[in-house]
Amino acid sequence: MPTSKDAALRAINKPAEYGPDLDVSQYARETKNWEPCPISSLPRDILERSIEVGVLPEHESRAASFFQIDHSVIYRAVQSFFEDKVEIMSVKEALAKYDWLKDYWWRIVKVDMDKYTALAEIAWDQGYFIRILEDQKVTIPLQACLFIATDNLNQNVHNIIIAEPGSEAHIITGCTLHSSVQRGLHVGIAEFYIKQGAKLTFTMIHNWAQNFDSRPRSAALIEDNGVFVSNYMCFKPLKSLQMYPVAYCKGRDARARFNTIIYGVGGSYIDVGSKIALQNEGCRGEVISRVIAADRAQIYARGFLQGEHSNTKAHLECRGLILSDDAVIHAVPELMAKAQSTELSHEAAVGKISEEQIQYLMARGFSRSEAEALIVRGFMDVSIFGLPKDLEMEIQRMIDITTKRAL
Amino acid sequence: MVENILEVRNLSVEVSGRRVLSNIDLEIPKGEVHVLFGPNGSGKSSLIMAILGFPAYRIVSGRIIFKGKDITDLPIDERVKMGISVAFQNPPAIRGVKLGEVLKHLLPNEKKANDLLKKVKFPQIFLERDINLGFSGGEIKKSEILQVLAHGGDFVILDEPDSGVDVENLRILGGVINDMLHERSALIITHLGIILQYINADVAHVLMNGVIACSGPPTKILGQILNEGYAWCEKCLQVKTQRCEL
Repeated sequence: MPTSKDAALRAINKPAEYGPDLDVSQYARETKNWEPCPISSLPRDILERSIEVGVLPEHESRAASFFQIDHSVIYRAVQSFFEDKVEIMSVKEALAKYDWLKDYWWRIVKVDMDKYTALAEIAWDQGYFIRILEDQKVTIPLQACLFIATDNLNQNVHNIIIAEPGSEAHIITGCTLHSSVQRGLHVGIAEFYIKQGAKLTFTMIHNWAQNFDSRPRSAALIEDNGVFVSNYMCFKPLKSLQMYPVAYCKGRDARARFNTIIYGVGGSYIDVGSKIALQNEGCRGEVISRVIAADRAQIYARGFLQGEHSNTKAHLECRGLILSDDAVIHAVPELMAKAQSTELSHEAAVGKISEEQIQYLMARGFSRSEAEALIVRGFMDVSIFGLPKDLEMEIQRMIDITTKRAL
Repeated sequence: MVENILEVRNLSVEVSGRRVLSNIDLEIPKGEVHVLFGPNGSGKSSLIMAILGFPAYRIVSGRIIFKGKDITDLPIDERVKMGISVAFQNPPAIRGVKLGEVLKHLLPNEKKANDLLKKVKFPQIFLERDINLGFSGGEIKKSEILQVLAHGGDFVILDEPDSGVDVENLRILGGVINDMLHERSALIITHLGIILQYINADVAHVLMNGVIACSGPPTKILGQILNEGYAWCEKCLQVKTQRCEL
């Protein structure tokens, strides 16, 4: 029987469908080991970076936490109140503990999809396993941080997230790096399993560096009446980012929603899409993206809705704001209907800041630059994500800093 | 001599190379309320956009003097800061920018802002809404008047405050506008003159094809327009090159 390793080896030179093709051998694989410690005991510069991506040192504000630096898992714990509700551990630990977990491994993300999935199999460096137990409603968010502390490192994580039937949770994942890190490659595989009647909100914030490359590969499988909400944000410059996560609404009345806010600055090359496949009666989907391109940023904003079953419905909305003549936004919305009574729609609008809006705000006493900042800030309205208030304020603060710099 | 809050001197304006206003002279003494009549496309909105300094309304000749200062070359925000408050007819919707944010900028005192909200009978929840996005005609008028009140300038420009508003809301807005004008000067555009049922105006001007065709007592001019239509003004323009005084 061919193993996933065999498939990976065959795909190791296979370029991704989109995005610049990277020579994965240019990055280092070796790095030191980090000793386990509580998040609050981490060096200040690491802590500050992790807070920026929504990962907090205070244990009581998160139901469970996972922290990985380079290839080392330094912390993982569930707050005592939630001990019988959720599980969080390194994925290697989980695979050793649960024999059944192998059935979830490379199931909805294909190991031979491209050279990056292949790399994540061949040179696999941990990742997390999160499981929300049956019927448990976890009222405060769980958090996970994937941190890179070594320059030019290649980090490959593989995460498995399972929301058991009737459970509810919100997971915040922050991916970031140390201020001394300029280059590197992060490959993040994530497989989400949303079982019957479960609801999972997954919020991911990426903060990379100017010469850093990122290739997340993720998919979600949603069963009867399940709900999957994915929020993605990226505000800092990077060299290249390419991802195209997929949600398979497999069960009856399964729902999926992708919210994306991207602020492309510097010379960033960003190619991000979201795909929803409606595979059963009553499935619903929504893809909402807001992209801003400043400086010389090139952004591809893709979306794909696939109606495979009758009585399904999905909508795709992409708005782009272009702040510089050297920037590019390419919106690529796609709809594919394979059944008669599937209702798919999209709207896409790309343009510069409207003069009419600026002048209106100026007539309210805002200066031109204040008006522009207000419009850009409003364009990235994170309130659509339904985040915890403190995180929403933190993100808003980051957006304010970013927009101030760009305008 | 009466002090003028606004003087428009020999103003000619172009939009995309097309002449929309020609040699407009207009003086509004401090404390007076002037109304501007005129058929669709006669240049009423162009005149207020030019007074406010919207760049698309290019001033070909003439000056605009506000409170004795030449503001012809100032940007919009600086004119507004000198005390011009405006209610637009068709303001743009801006996603993610909340009415509350704009209101807070105009009037940082939250208690006073809430009092104004009650005055125009606007529910608090509107502050959380994206400005003008999905607002009904009446809601837009209320929101605009609310912003004028919050700004509190001593010269008020209202562009058709009475169009597209139902009877109930017209009564509320008419009362609010009347209160507001007791201590302010104003230039009010009205197409049908309905607002005159609620306020006392001092002088009316009729704008025809970018020219002020006549000026005089508001009720008298409105009566003529309602009886004979703007054709009467057209005739008037042909007879005299000067504006007629009723």
